Amino acid sequence: MTVLVPTSLDEAIAGLAANGGATLLAGGTDLMVEVNEGHRHFPWPDDGATIIALHRVPELATWTYDVPAATVVLGAGVTWATIEQPPLRDLVPALAEAARTVGSPQIRNAGTVGGNLATCSPAGDGLPVLAALDADVTLLSAGGRRTMPVRDFMLGVKRTALQPGELIESITVPVLQGWQGYSKVGVRNAMVIATASACVATDVPSRSIRIALGSVAPTVVRCPVAEQFAVERVDWDALTVDAGDAVEFGRLAAAASRPIDDHRSSAEYRRHAVAVMAQRLLQRAFPGGER
Amino acid sequence: MSAVDTGTRTRDVLGASALRPDGIAKVQGTFQFSSDLGGDGVLWGATLRSPHPHARIIRIDVSPAWKIAGVESVITADDVPGQMTYGLIDQDQPVFASDVVRFVGEPIAAVAADHPETCRRALAAIVVEYEVLEPVLDPEAVVAGTAPAIHPNGNVLRHQRILHGDPSVTGDIVVEATYDIGMQDQAFLGLEAALAIPDPGGGGVELHIATQWLHEDRKQIADCLGMAPEQVRLVLAGVGGAFGAREDISLQVHTCLLALRLGRPVRMHYSRAESFLGHVHRHPATIWMRHHATAAGEIVKVEARFVFDGGAYASTSSAVLLNAITHTQGPYRCPNAVVDGWAVRTNHLPCGAMRGFGVVQACFAHESQLDKLAEACGLDPVEIRVRNVMHTGDRMITGQVMQNVAPIERCLRETAALPFPDEPVGGHDGDVMRLPGGAGRTADVGHVYRGIGYAAAMKNLMYSEGFDDYSTARCRLADGVVTLKFATAEVGQGFVTLAPQIARDVLGVDEVVLDRIDTGVGSAGSSSASRQTWMSGGAVNAACIAVRDRLFEHVAARHGVEAASLRIDGIEIVDESGALRLSVADASAGVEFDETREYHHPPTEDLDENGQGNCHTAFAFVAHRAVVDVDPDLGLVKVVQVATAQDVGRVLNPLSVVGQVEGGIAQGLGLAVMEEIVQIDGRIRNASFTDYLLPTMLDMPPVVMSFVEEPEPLAPLGAKGVGEPPTISSTPAIVAAIRDALRQAGREPRLDRVPVRPIDIIGVHERPRT
Repeated sequence: MTVLVPTSLDEAIAGLAANGGATLLAGGTDLMVEVNEGHRHFPWPDDGATIIALHRVPELATWTYDVPAATVVLGAGVTWATIEQPPLRDLVPALAEAARTVGSPQIRNAGTVGGNLATCSPAGDGLPVLAALDADVTLLSAGGRRTMPVRDFMLGVKRTALQPGELIESITVPVLQGWQGYSKVGVRNAMVIATASACVATDVPSRSIRIALGSVAPTVVRCPVAEQFAVERVDWDALTVDAGDAVEFGRLAAAASRPIDDHRSSAEYRRHAVAVMAQRLLQRAFPGGER
Repeated sequence: MSAVDTGTRTRDVLGASALRPDGIAKVQGTFQFSSDLGGDGVLWGATLRSPHPHARIIRIDVSPAWKIAGVESVITADDVPGQMTYGLIDQDQPVFASDVVRFVGEPIAAVAADHPETCRRALAAIVVEYEVLEPVLDPEAVVAGTAPAIHPNGNVLRHQRILHGDPSVTGDIVVEATYDIGMQDQAFLGLEAALAIPDPGGGGVELHIATQWLHEDRKQIADCLGMAPEQVRLVLAGVGGAFGAREDISLQVHTCLLALRLGRPVRMHYSRAESFLGHVHRHPATIWMRHHATAAGEIVKVEARFVFDGGAYASTSSAVLLNAITHTQGPYRCPNAVVDGWAVRTNHLPCGAMRGFGVVQACFAHESQLDKLAEACGLDPVEIRVRNVMHTGDRMITGQVMQNVAPIERCLRETAALPFPDEPVGGHDGDVMRLPGGAGRTADVGHVYRGIGYAAAMKNLMYSEGFDDYSTARCRLADGVVTLKFATAEVGQGFVTLAPQIARDVLGVDEVVLDRIDTGVGSAGSSSASRQTWMSGGAVNAACIAVRDRLFEHVAARHGVEAASLRIDGIEIVDESGALRLSVADASAGVEFDETREYHHPPTEDLDENGQGNCHTAFAFVAHRAVVDVDPDLGLVKVVQVATAQDVGRVLNPLSVVGQVEGGIAQGLGLAVMEEIVQIDGRIRNASFTDYLLPTMLDMPPVVMSFVEEPEPLAPLGAKGVGEPPTISSTPAIVAAIRDALRQAGREPRLDRVPVRPIDIIGVHERPRT
């Protein structure tokens, strides 16, 4: 096994170009679990596999706030520990709330937003937020750069649009003007895989409401019917919503889910949970209404 | 209260919060656990396991594994020189399966190689051809006799009834329900690991092993190796938790076999996933109970039926079942009883010992019943329990008379009197992390209801049914230094802290050296059944007293006083007149006294066919109160506080007791709301800590506690074991609190199953409005 430890983005891309089948290693919080559980083998002593460790690539570990564009550009290697703290917490609060639910402090110090996206687990904690915020992902290879919506990047359970030779360079997250939040149900109060999750994000100037759900379909789902319903029912001057409308919003959101039964929970519970979470999130976004 | 003052210690004698001798090493990461053992030239061992819950083995071809460079040995059942099977009570479990596999994970072969990756390849290369058979997965089918036998010994591991008093008695008030308890894992953090070092010439083997009972392991290993017990020497390696999961053989025989065949040291380590397959678990159980009471709430009869799923092999199932059915009544008087208990074999993972040992399951049922009874009688949950408490001298449903101290009423009343949490839902600062759902931010304060629940338990101490689980200790005093030797497995419970405290107390020395824990001294019995403080404590105490007697004789002869007039005062020996006073260090200068003693508890007996007999040694009592915040719409909970008063006899080390109480409650909380091994079609689906959830700091609440100290005259140090009771009634107390919260939310909760899942909480229907 060969392990490359590039110290610049150019070096990483060159290494990737020379080893098309290389495995990318960022925080290792997904990859090493797969290795430890025997789902992924890098046989010893040598099978010619190449691993490119990205943690020493400074360009990937940084983020910028583009004020005129009203976006935050997150390097793929930005950790959850960085995202859950100010100043990022103040710019993208829902992503910070999602970050806080990722594993333990040790995991959040290692795990990255780019890794979350690249793994593309149905339960990926950051993914509903990126989908709700209409984030874009920028992919880089020796052949150049391409950018696509995160929602198009996620193709299915652990399947993405990432091509051999490409890595995730950055994720561009719009900074909205309005309440946003994230909820996640697990059977434990911390350090737990999502049974179901939801993100609601609002942008008051554009009168936009988005909701995205995690762990209730092969990949994150947005709920356009629920979004449209909420946009029409919210009192945009008072920033309130009727309790009954919040319940209906939850029902419509749940209707967009396609959950399964597995050893962690049942489809029935997941559908119920996203309805409750969506309802509560909308009421947090528009708190003036009667409960 | 849980605050323990460790700052004012003078001498670490009994009653002081002496610190663990290995505490700093464990905190700093330098403590050597069994998985840290190894060294140059030590080979790695690994185990091939069955992928099927039930299958016939048609053919095993190990030759491809032998062809892999670096593979040193490949062994199967054909290579077992001695007894082909082992087991704690019935020797029904094969060292390696050769004809039939009976659970997913059953060992079939083992390899030794130069590297774990070579081992992995070797295991993958072994060809096993199976004829897959229909698994037996329904315990009720075994009870009904409709399941085919999956073992030559049959599928019924034990059937025992209890008939006591008048079975025809009925009560004014009758409550009944069926309860289910899921399969809990001990989930120790230190995975199974061992290092076997063969003697030159192969005439014996030394095994360094994390276990609970060195001598029992030795007996079973020697039988399978075809050796005399003396040829097998066991040394306790660093144990990272046990909780019952190290009572049975796991990798012991495999590691020794590989080392002996090769004449080279071999180490084996299980991974977390393999550990779930490699040790026994807490029995899943279905328990029906019907209680009869007077209108005033006095219990007059209990009827019960227990079905315990023992999984593929017997392990300790028969003893676990005995414990369960003989604790049907809980800590309450009950003059009449009709109980039927079954422990059966299925193709599920084998089950055996876990902290609480059958009483956990019984307690969830009887405490849920007591709450139903309270509601039916219009009594509050503390009052119904106090009205029924057992006292010393009462006859139990086995006919056995409660001989020991039984302060259950004090436990209940002191628990109820402990302060409640002074913070509202979410805390004073409205921290969302403190709401049900925690970091997931699922709830706001307005969604949450707070409930309170009570439960109490009785737990037998030591082994039962005629078993002489004695303990041995050796004490040597020379030049003011005491050396203690025992084979008591230190599994985290703190006997390495307690034993020197006993020696300091008895002998007036400060310097106590602990010899290596190994089979170089007589058996100490198992570090199980809350028994080592009583049993090994009794042995250490007796050995120290024997040495003290010889020291007194020596001093008496030298100073011309009567030995009987001497006593220890701090670190000095004084005589009655006060004329003689000299330090123990001076008195023992140049001499050496060396005594070994065994401690045996009074004998017990088997139950007869009607479940009557003096089968238990002694009992301890405990009560718990839980305060739980519940989000009824999402089915999520946050345990806010657990209060407990526990019958401890006498506190020998307050800090140690606090640790046992808090740790036991964490394990009880786990069973209440999250810990369960999920098997579907006989296959475990959550063999990792990603999916087998243990409580985190955010799940575990503060514990307020009160020690009920009524020294036990039957116990050598006046102290009862404290390890198991905290685990037992904490679970039903938490579930009772969830039910209470749901009632306040207008729901009609059943919650007759643990762990309580979110779906169980939201599945309840709103109470019809009248």
